[in-house]
Amino acid sequence: MCLSIPSQVVEINRDEKTAVVDTMGVKRKVGIDFIADEVKVGDYVLIHIGYAMNIIDEEYAKESLALYQEIIKKMENEENQT
Amino acid sequence: MELKLKDLYDGFRDPKAIKSFASLIEKETEKLDTPINIMEVCGGHTHTIMKYGLPQLLPEKINFIHGPGCPVCIMPKERIDHAYILAMQEDVILVTLGDMIKVPGSKGSLQNARAKGADVRFVYSPLDTVKIALDNPDKKILFFAIGFETTTPMTAALIDTAIKRGIKNLFFHINHVTVPEVMKELIDSRDIHVNSYDNRIDAFIGPAHVSVIAGSKIYEVFPERYNKPVVVSGFEPVDVMESVYMLVRQFVQNRCELEIQYKRSVTKEGNIAAQKMIDRYFEKRELFKWRGIGNIPKSALKLKEEFSYLDAEKIYEDILPKDEIEDHKLCICGDILRGIAKPNECSVFGTVCKPSSPLGSCMVSSEGACAAYYKYGGLI
Amino acid sequence: MSRKTVTLAQGNGGEENAELINKIFYRHLKNETLKRNEDAAIIEPFNMQLTSKIAFTTDSFTVSPIFFSGGDIGKLSICGTCNDLAMMGAKPKFLSLSVIVEEGFEIRELEKIVRSMKKELDINGAKIVCGDTKVVPKGSADKIFVNTTGIGEVQKNGLSSSSIKAGDAIIVSRDIGRHGAAIFADREGIELSSSLKSDCASLWPIVEKLIEANIGISAMRDATRGGVAAVLNEWARQSEVCIEIEEASVPIAEEVKGICELLGFEAYNLANEGTFVLAVEEKDIQKALEIIQSFENGKNAAIIGSVTGEYPKKVVLKSEWGTKRFLDLPTGELLPRIC
Repeated sequence: MCLSIPSQVVEINRDEKTAVVDTMGVKRKVGIDFIADEVKVGDYVLIHIGYAMNIIDEEYAKESLALYQEIIKKMENEENQT
Repeated sequence: MELKLKDLYDGFRDPKAIKSFASLIEKETEKLDTPINIMEVCGGHTHTIMKYGLPQLLPEKINFIHGPGCPVCIMPKERIDHAYILAMQEDVILVTLGDMIKVPGSKGSLQNARAKGADVRFVYSPLDTVKIALDNPDKKILFFAIGFETTTPMTAALIDTAIKRGIKNLFFHINHVTVPEVMKELIDSRDIHVNSYDNRIDAFIGPAHVSVIAGSKIYEVFPERYNKPVVVSGFEPVDVMESVYMLVRQFVQNRCELEIQYKRSVTKEGNIAAQKMIDRYFEKRELFKWRGIGNIPKSALKLKEEFSYLDAEKIYEDILPKDEIEDHKLCICGDILRGIAKPNECSVFGTVCKPSSPLGSCMVSSEGACAAYYKYGGLI
Repeated sequence: MSRKTVTLAQGNGGEENAELINKIFYRHLKNETLKRNEDAAIIEPFNMQLTSKIAFTTDSFTVSPIFFSGGDIGKLSICGTCNDLAMMGAKPKFLSLSVIVEEGFEIRELEKIVRSMKKELDINGAKIVCGDTKVVPKGSADKIFVNTTGIGEVQKNGLSSSSIKAGDAIIVSRDIGRHGAAIFADREGIELSSSLKSDCASLWPIVEKLIEANIGISAMRDATRGGVAAVLNEWARQSEVCIEIEEASVPIAEEVKGICELLGFEAYNLANEGTFVLAVEEKDIQKALEIIQSFENGKNAAIIGSVTGEYPKKVVLKSEWGTKRFLDLPTGELLPRIC
């Protein structure tokens, strides 16, 4: 349920409560009613049917990605030893 | 390091990470005495699991049970008939989301209504309805709203916009449903429906985009009161694999907790602004019938009394039938939505019932378990 | 021409009709055969022995929007038919052109469309030799519908969806799904802006070079409606083989991926208008790839899979992490989904 994808905010129109977001090179205007107070240009947001739902926490995202790299390294080391 | 947008896609689809988690899960599962059944409630997770072939990477002891988290699949025929009847009114343009096009009610689908001359339009975003209303001042525009907690705020925002801009020809038929109530129903009713060990729900993968809006707090009750661990998971294949790993570890370490794997987007409290917007316009229904599952108290929303003048169910009360409609005898969507049967156990699966000619709702939505099996499941 | 829009009178078979045809169609498309203005075009025999074969095909075009990034309905109507001929190993030679125009259509736009046709005909070395124009009352057609029928001279025999065999390699001539994604992005209500252009292009120049190099081709197909998924499934069924695709090797542009993510589509199901799939004998794979890659619209051509006997009549997608799934025919209308 609830298809949603990360996109980056490239422009904000606070009066209109809209923003232009970039999804892998495709741009669209979306509603920012639910994140209007804190959103800024450059933020990553999740888009669901034309609205931004939240601001993605970059620190947590990086933490996950770093953990995956660690796990991958560990696995590769184990494979090399066998 | 700076985070790039591409990392948010590719990083969570990294083939090596998927493989690494597969081997971690395998090692961890060896420590388990009994198999575990994990219900992924959300159709989005079902889709990911099937599309990326994740069951092929998991040990025998880990079994996925597909849940009822597809807003189209759980829509009872009587509600689809409402959409059909409203669409067939002379002065009405019925607007809804693309997922609704093929779902058959007792009279047919919206696709059939359109072929009969009804003005049915499918929008990408509810907000696109505003333009349709302004362009057709002599028509009544009915927005047929569907979806779980994730989608509800967007309908609320549309209502908000319509009121603020004084749009007088836009009305709403609300079918928004909520996740925790149906999860409770599935656990509570299981003893009645199943005694088989195969279909016991041991743990949940929690729908995460629901939690982006409603917070992870809505799942706290499951480890606390029902003794079922929950991991709120993202939708990329690495997310799901990591969530399975987290659940297996809980079993190995004898824990039963609510954990968030999707920390980058889910907080405990959720999006307060969105929740306020929902609360402004909607309240709980006493009862809502879920297709194949039955009536579940407080599991859906309706417009508050003060907005009755926007409520298509009230405005068209005289022409909208209230009787319940039985589902097709051969279709076992109900059992599939409950997670007590797999799609390929249905006698009409893939023969009479296919995505191009669906008999039951689970075959209609691309998120339905049957459609996902039909599309991706042949090798599994 | 003083009128700004097409009128019903211009479809009357009389003076206004003749004026429209002369000033728009003949002016841009003229050639000896068309100029004769007979009930049927009389075509000189091709310079070849009588045993040689003729390819014959027809297609109608109803695209909306009619002008899109990367092309328009005019370019499309020539590419579409010429590409169908090219896919059967035939050099496009003669086309007919039938146009159904809605009353009120702008003459300026009509002329723009006809100019696009001319440009594309030249790329193929083909001619329009007969045609017809009808004007219908407002509301009974969506702006303009075009039908083109084409005749081509077969230069390579034996290409067929039923001649694919185990051991063949599957090549795709460029990144997939562009046309479908670009058209969708341009649609009303979707309002996506991107630099994405349709892949709409004539394929004969590439095919000609492949034939000249005597590449062992079993089949070729331009992946139009239904996309690459439709082509591969048809091939698997008709040749009773299994086609195994390595997902990681399928070229897809970032913007196409973005549009798929946003709307819940799969690039395999999206239409292409200048992208073709080839089944090539193993010995010629590299040579075929080099030839295709020497063209601007083939520079990211790739080998995406191979033909086996594993699961007859099925297309299998293989992931980088060792899982498999079937790729099925697309079903239903392409609509954005929330789930």
